[in-house]
Amino acid sequence: MIKGRIWKFGDNVSTDDIIPGKYKFKTIDLNELSKHVMEGIDPTFSSKVKPGDIIVAGKNFGCGSSREQAPLVIKHAGISAVIAKSFARIFFRNAINIGLPVIEEKELYDNVETGDIIEISLSDGKIYAKGRVFNFKPIPSFLMRILEDGGLVEHYKKKGKFIWEDNFL
Amino acid sequence: MTNEMTIIEKIIFEKIGKITSPGDIVVLPIDTAMAHDGTAPLMIKSFEEMNAKKVWDSSKAVFVIDHVAPSSNEGTSRLHKMMRDFAKKHGIKLYDIGEGICHQILPEKGHVFPGAIVVGADSHTCTHGAFTAFATGIGSTEMAAVFASGKLWFKVPESIRINVNGKLKGNVMSKDLILYIIGEIKADGATYKAVEFTGNTIKEMSMESRMVMTNMVVEMGGKTGLIETDEKTKVFLEGRVNIPFKEIKADKNAKYSDEMEIEAERIEPMVSCPHSVDNVKPVSEVEGIEVDQVFIGSCTNGRLEDLRIVAKVLRNKKVKTRTIVMPASREVLLNAIKEGIIEELIRAGCVVGVPGCGPCVGSHHGIPSPGDVVVSTTNRNFKGRMGIADAYIYLASPLTAAYAALNGKITIPEVIL
Ligand code: SF4
Repeated sequence: MIKGRIWKFGDNVSTDDIIPGKYKFKTIDLNELSKHVMEGIDPTFSSKVKPGDIIVAGKNFGCGSSREQAPLVIKHAGISAVIAKSFARIFFRNAINIGLPVIEEKELYDNVETGDIIEISLSDGKIYAKGRVFNFKPIPSFLMRILEDGGLVEHYKKKGKFIWEDNFL
Repeated sequence: MTNEMTIIEKIIFEKIGKITSPGDIVVLPIDTAMAHDGTAPLMIKSFEEMNAKKVWDSSKAVFVIDHVAPSSNEGTSRLHKMMRDFAKKHGIKLYDIGEGICHQILPEKGHVFPGAIVVGADSHTCTHGAFTAFATGIGSTEMAAVFASGKLWFKVPESIRINVNGKLKGNVMSKDLILYIIGEIKADGATYKAVEFTGNTIKEMSMESRMVMTNMVVEMGGKTGLIETDEKTKVFLEGRVNIPFKEIKADKNAKYSDEMEIEAERIEPMVSCPHSVDNVKPVSEVEGIEVDQVFIGSCTNGRLEDLRIVAKVLRNKKVKTRTIVMPASREVLLNAIKEGIIEELIRAGCVVGVPGCGPCVGSHHGIPSPGDVVVSTTNRNFKGRMGIADAYIYLASPLTAAYAALNGKITIPEVIL
């Protein structure tokens, strides 16, 4: 179970909003980069966010660049999951690969506000909020395994190969 | 069915001999894997943290230093060094500063061909679909996994077919056409999907113009853009690619999740207005807006045909606004020098810079000032994209951009093509 306070963002939050491109060419130090998390939308976000918080957003979250720094700074800032009406595909893959849970669910957004506390059960696809249950399609099991290992790096370290190398499909 | 495949299904079939449908998960061997100075450092970090020992096939892995090239600060220089050291250690090809933008170099240097599976740690990797490759963007850690294993999983996407027929107006370029399409489909309308461009307008286009179409597919959420192989593809690749490849086309009965018909004559010069790429309007609606900076370049519109058109507009004239031109590659620059284009641009008052990404992503070479209006031939106008949140970026064709430079304000371009 993931439980946390939410921060709401709108549609089409781009990777430039999450971490402006100009920073990523200078360093890969996450402590440095995370100071700028969500700077494009709310320059004070990094000082307000607390470990365990959850982002709830509209459609096409993470659109734009392929920069993995985007999910990384979100995770590093302590965000425990991102729920959006939809995700840009590279962001979605990147998030799983670095161990940040991402959930596609369309109805929650209009029913919650910043500051609400919600609970998520990843494995059975349920979000508990405002006394209601919102169902989502659980992440495919092979991606869930990567996520549970804590991302691709840890996954590979544990297994010595990637789950898709076994032609598991 | 074997005779009902879309281009993407055909590419996958040729690769693994399996007929697939949208939604199937496949594991594909990678033909080309590319990372650049914005994504390679993190890829190297992940590769090393994984304790991966070697690159699966050093002839298929490519690094490009193009985003901040040459380096503008110490931090970047350290990251560049990390790339050079890694490339040397693993014997992989590194295209260093001044060689050009990754998406221009990959086809020029023969890393892309019909049927190839190309992954790039860059979202505009979809550009290479102009050569009927399945090319898509991935992140750094996933790229580390590719460097280690040479394979990656993909979900077979549904395809959208965009059929364009007729002749474009004399002041309309492929950029106007793709902006129009994005304005219709919107920023997330093609999410997870492959977008096939077809019809005689596309067939008539140069490879350069086709690359503009596929380049911007990611701006509507697409996984990849695709154009079938024809004579033009083969002529471009001749002498560049030395492994044999098959021509790839969609089957007549292929199934699409959506189809769009466009009459080319009806397209006007278009711009994407601040701050989203799908905020598309005809140039006529924003005519007269004063412009502080013009940028001509990028993996969308920094090629020879683009520079030719800009030079045609600016020949023997003077620009009225700051105008920065960055050729997309060394090859483009050399050809532009040969044709006298560079001299004409410089005489007209343009600043011509090193082949590379230039100010596209806001890291150097022309960051706008607060409040500036910028007309740019690039592919993104998000807030902050060019390095400053308080700048207003209009995306346009090289022709429209040249007219903005010439007049100091947004102007409907005259017929010139
Ligand atoms: S030119 Fe711009 S869009 Fe193209 S690869 Fe470089 S930074 Fe990205």
